[in-house]
Amino acid sequence: MSTSPVENLEPERLENAIELKDVEGLSQGQIVRRRFFRHKGAMAGLGALVFVILMAFTSVGVGPVEGWWTSGNPSHSGGPADIINVGGTPTMSMPTWLGGDGFAIGDHPFGQDEIGRDIFTRVMQGTQTSLAVMAIIGLISGLVGVLIGSLAGYFRGWIDTWLMRTTDLFITVPTIVIGAVIGKIAGGVSPWVFAFGMGLVLWTSLARLVRGEFLALREREFVDAARVAGASSPRIIFKHILPNAVGVIVVSTTLLMSSAILLETALSFLQFGIQPPAVSLGKIISEYQSAFSTRPWLFWWPGLFIIIIALSINFIGDGLRDAFDPRQKRIPSRRRMDKARVVARPTVAGATPSGTTAQGSSEA
Amino acid sequence: MLTFLTRRIAAGIATLVVAIFLMYLLVDLAIDPLADLVDSTAPNKAELIQARINLLHLDQSVFVRFFTWAGHFITGDFGTAWKTGQEVGPLVGHAIGSTLQLVTAATVLSLVLGVAVGVVSALRQYSTFDYVIIFVSFLLYSLPSFWIAILLKQWGAIGFNDFLADPVIAWPTIALFAVVSGLVWMIAVGGSRTRRIQTFAIAAVATFSAVAFVQLTDWWSTPHFGPVLIGVTGLALAFAVSGLSAGFGNRKALYTAVTTVLVGLVLYYPMQALFDNVDESNLLIAGLAVVAIGIGYLLGYLFRGPDWRVSSRVGAIVAFLVASMIYIDQILQVWPAYFRALKGRPIPTFGDSTPNLGGNYWVQTLDSLTHLLLPTLTLILVAFAAYTRYSRSSMLEVMSQDYIRTARAKGLNERTVVMRHGFRNTLIPLATIVPIDIITLIGGAVITEAVFARPGMGALFVTSLQHAEIDPVMAYLVITAALAIIANIVADLVYAAVDPRIRLNP
Repeated sequence: MSTSPVENLEPERLENAIELKDVEGLSQGQIVRRRFFRHKGAMAGLGALVFVILMAFTSVGVGPVEGWWTSGNPSHSGGPADIINVGGTPTMSMPTWLGGDGFAIGDHPFGQDEIGRDIFTRVMQGTQTSLAVMAIIGLISGLVGVLIGSLAGYFRGWIDTWLMRTTDLFITVPTIVIGAVIGKIAGGVSPWVFAFGMGLVLWTSLARLVRGEFLALREREFVDAARVAGASSPRIIFKHILPNAVGVIVVSTTLLMSSAILLETALSFLQFGIQPPAVSLGKIISEYQSAFSTRPWLFWWPGLFIIIIALSINFIGDGLRDAFDPRQKRIPSRRRMDKARVVARPTVAGATPSGTTAQGSSEA
Repeated sequence: MLTFLTRRIAAGIATLVVAIFLMYLLVDLAIDPLADLVDSTAPNKAELIQARINLLHLDQSVFVRFFTWAGHFITGDFGTAWKTGQEVGPLVGHAIGSTLQLVTAATVLSLVLGVAVGVVSALRQYSTFDYVIIFVSFLLYSLPSFWIAILLKQWGAIGFNDFLADPVIAWPTIALFAVVSGLVWMIAVGGSRTRRIQTFAIAAVATFSAVAFVQLTDWWSTPHFGPVLIGVTGLALAFAVSGLSAGFGNRKALYTAVTTVLVGLVLYYPMQALFDNVDESNLLIAGLAVVAIGIGYLLGYLFRGPDWRVSSRVGAIVAFLVASMIYIDQILQVWPAYFRALKGRPIPTFGDSTPNLGGNYWVQTLDSLTHLLLPTLTLILVAFAAYTRYSRSSMLEVMSQDYIRTARAKGLNERTVVMRHGFRNTLIPLATIVPIDIITLIGGAVITEAVFARPGMGALFVTSLQHAEIDPVMAYLVITAALAIIANIVADLVYAAVDPRIRLNP
């Protein structure tokens, strides 16, 4: 930070050169994709999320299809069964080098509750519901938010006024409160209706962002050019403006989904969300919270899965934001800097590289 | 300015009316006041249902009920919670009091901590510390708050109570703690290799001796500050505050700070006598705090100098901190009695006060503080992450501006650049979200209050919605919605006040 501007110029110029060389001949989409796939946090998040999705949907199956965990084993159905360990403690044990009795999965790796239901099955069912609810909320609120935001931002005037007044209406009541009311109406019906209802509530912040983006983009020259060339409004919106706003949309929809899963589990925890017989991660925690002191595993596993999902989505969102941010620069490794320095200015080769201070990158 | 306010308030009232109308319809759809009767097996089921319908006017259409309710609401009749027959007015009044207690401390603490950590993290961008903070804030951001709350309640409270029964920490644990604290300080301060080793050693030794002091003096059984600890901590704070706020080059500010601490020490015993002989109330304590700040300010003025305002500011801050320590010391003096009264389990997990506790002002204050401990911690953990991320990105943005380069170029030292040019501008975007956060929180930390069974606004909403009582739910909604609208207007005004580039009238 404290390097003087003069020292700073050299590495910054080099970094720019490296960056330019890196993206030579690539389209915008390719650059974004490359940046995203090189973001370690986002890749770790993506890996964890894919793993959780695969595990949740293959282990207990979807609908009539049996999964590898439930098939051929009635004690894994999620219903009452004989209790294997005393008190239903998990049968999974750690490898010896971690202080366990050797690695084993056993019949009920996450343990059983007081009537012998397999917690692994229940957590996987809950994960399925929570993931599905999250995806639907993301989809619905994304669509509504983009629609309202783009209409308001593109047409301005009275459409803008009325749409933004509607948005204000939703914003006056805290999300968790309006979510509780919607959840009380729709939660008992089915998780899908609940997710649909929540999606119709959570679009406000996205709509505001998209509107802002549209307000800025519609004044740009390429939009004028399209209009002069005779393009219709839908064509300008979909072909010219929307592709330029896609970064904002993708990033904030992703982050919206991570808050959606936290909201859904919190509402289910407060009894306002998913109702039995449907299972959700928040519902499991709510059911078992009084058993915490005697059967802590009933509480740890569902919580852990909520955290894994929310955390990996947050990391993916962060990676997407960095990838879409045109000001974002990767700090090249010292070796690449040296190499570029040799290429750029053979005379100063070997000069000690000063501290790499890449400014101009931001993380909101 | 006036036109702006009038326009915003008018628009706000219109939004409020429509929002409340829609929420009334939604809440009416969501609740079913007859649910318990439909399943009942009482022989006079039909009559009971009819009586309930008459009581709540369920035979009228929802629009008629809305306008009846709204008419009553405007005239100050907030209705009744029909299940218990309680008036909504006093119910809400008590709930707001409980919520304010919870929210104030949590917001202030998480804001101070979050901004401090975020700013340091931004200054040391791409360092190990920065990456650790990014990861921790992501993790905290992804934690479900009800999960943390249950964890703290079922684990933290019980564990801490067990610990207090026999407050001994094993020496290896203390050593490990000291090493970890040394590492954290080392990566936070950074610098050259020698600097890092020095920081590590100082921080580790300081932590170790602090914990060892606490352990050896049996501090946990009789927690207190006493004049010696107040003196040592006060001097450390005096140096920290004047160093950050005025720079060590400004001797007058440093002298002011040190003098303020000395005055506080001199006043320690007279204050004990005063507290023993006066009937305290929160008002009196607030008055004393103002007096303390006034003394600090005055001391700064008495040192004169060309920029006495800087010294006065430092004096006021230090005076407030020292006065707070004397106050906390006074509260802690009743700890042994409180500990015995609660049979050695002083950290409660529900409610906002121990029933039938009795005792004087200090016992009552200590009691509400112990009840606040865990819920506040929950709120801090969640809000801390958001403030850290926000202030970090804001500081990064500011530090890459041209005026920072200009400030460096004209030869200002790093402290002035960071504190005066960087930090102050970092606070501008925060000024717009903090009022909204605070006022939204008055609507209740719904989840935290539900888990810890604190009778605040959020809990009022949740229980009323579960009990199908529409009047308290609607009173709650009117209050939160009105506060949200006010918060947005306040945020705009604050933004215009701190940033002269913003003009309210187009």
